[in-house]
Amino acid sequence: MAKRDLINITDLSTEEVDEMLDLADRITAEPEKYQDACAHKKLATLFYEPSTRTRLSFESAMYKLGGNVIGFSDANSTSVSKGESVHDTMKVISCFADIIAVRHPKEGAAYVAAHSCDIPVINAGDGSHFHPSQTLADLLTIRREKGRLDSIKIGFCGDLKFGRTVHSLIDALLRYENVEFWLISPEELTLPGYIKEKMTGAGAVWHETRSLEDSIPELDVLYMTRVQKERFFNEEDYIRLKNTYVLDREKLSAAPEDMIVMHPLPRVNEIEVSVDDDPRAKYFEQVKNGKDVRKALILTLLKWKED
Amino acid sequence: MNVDGVNTGIVLDHIHAGKSMVIYKLLGLDRLDCTVAVIQNVKSAKYGRKDIIKIDKIIDLDFDAIGFVDPNITVNIVKEGKLARKSHVSLPDELTDVLRCRNPRCITSSETDLPQRFKLVDPEKRLYRCVYCDAMASEKHLF
Repeated sequence: MAKRDLINITDLSTEEVDEMLDLADRITAEPEKYQDACAHKKLATLFYEPSTRTRLSFESAMYKLGGNVIGFSDANSTSVSKGESVHDTMKVISCFADIIAVRHPKEGAAYVAAHSCDIPVINAGDGSHFHPSQTLADLLTIRREKGRLDSIKIGFCGDLKFGRTVHSLIDALLRYENVEFWLISPEELTLPGYIKEKMTGAGAVWHETRSLEDSIPELDVLYMTRVQKERFFNEEDYIRLKNTYVLDREKLSAAPEDMIVMHPLPRVNEIEVSVDDDPRAKYFEQVKNGKDVRKALILTLLKWKED
Repeated sequence: MNVDGVNTGIVLDHIHAGKSMVIYKLLGLDRLDCTVAVIQNVKSAKYGRKDIIKIDKIIDLDFDAIGFVDPNITVNIVKEGKLARKSHVSLPDELTDVLRCRNPRCITSSETDLPQRFKLVDPEKRLYRCVYCDAMASEKHLF
């Protein structure tokens, strides 16, 4: 049977996404039922760049499924520092593990990884390109909070150029009916042209704006993002842009009562801490949802069958 | 102006006027040890002006590369003075090592042994997408 990878969220059909979200719901409802589902299986977490929540979320998910974890969180302590290619590293690690989650600063590294070995590979973030497991967490959060994935008015705010979670979530939502997009960013950090072309090609309605205040009353979901220091070649540009959008209680007061605020985290200052107590703030729920949906993802790619 | 005919070899005909040197470089014709004639701005009933390349030897050709530069090119294989085969090329769905990804964040920028692979996304604009990073590329991204 051919192996499955998850490099981009569109590697999964909408039916497969829905099934995975359903499985995550069942896991949340009855976690003990799945506690040995990955017994004697190993997940390799290969993180070529720093990550806290994604790596720990994958590792926690695997341990909760009764499996084990190997890997590295700093490429400098491995053969990579000696110049080993992604291809060779994956060939070697695939001899020791059953499934790989890889994060790499270069775009397309996960694609190379998937084509280098015969075990399932999950893209845990490749540069500013894709981050599909975060997308599953985002979709699960929207579905749990709004009860649907179609007919959503969603605003993406902040760094839309380098924000890989934004790119993956747009890819996913384009496949649902009547989703309307607000793209709120400074001119220097607008969404890449190829994604706008995809949106237009899919017939989606989208608005590009600089104003969070003007957009917020229209939204069902506000997806805030961090301006990512590590993606800038020039620190001056980062400093100039990092405070462009800060969500505070005053701005949130103009939002609908049932709008939800999401953020892939970590945040720097783009959401004031005072917003955390607002019932619309759902970013910590996203983290919880991320763990269970990653369990569902691991089980699906390992072709685990439910009794 | 007279240019000798090919006895056994290849004639690339109907090349868009001015593109013969692109083909010449892309196919590595400068590295061949046989005679290669590049004839530019030839009068053509069909295209007004065209270029022609004559290669005095039968070599393996990258039809994808030729089709990418100009899908109207005709490839004529000549054996012992007679036309043995006439082929038409087309804009290829995939390209390998014809275009180079210029995205400094692409994995191919640091792992330079990887093949440079692209997929066609817009035949009208002749736009391709890097299979690794999705960056768009066109003729100005030729190797």
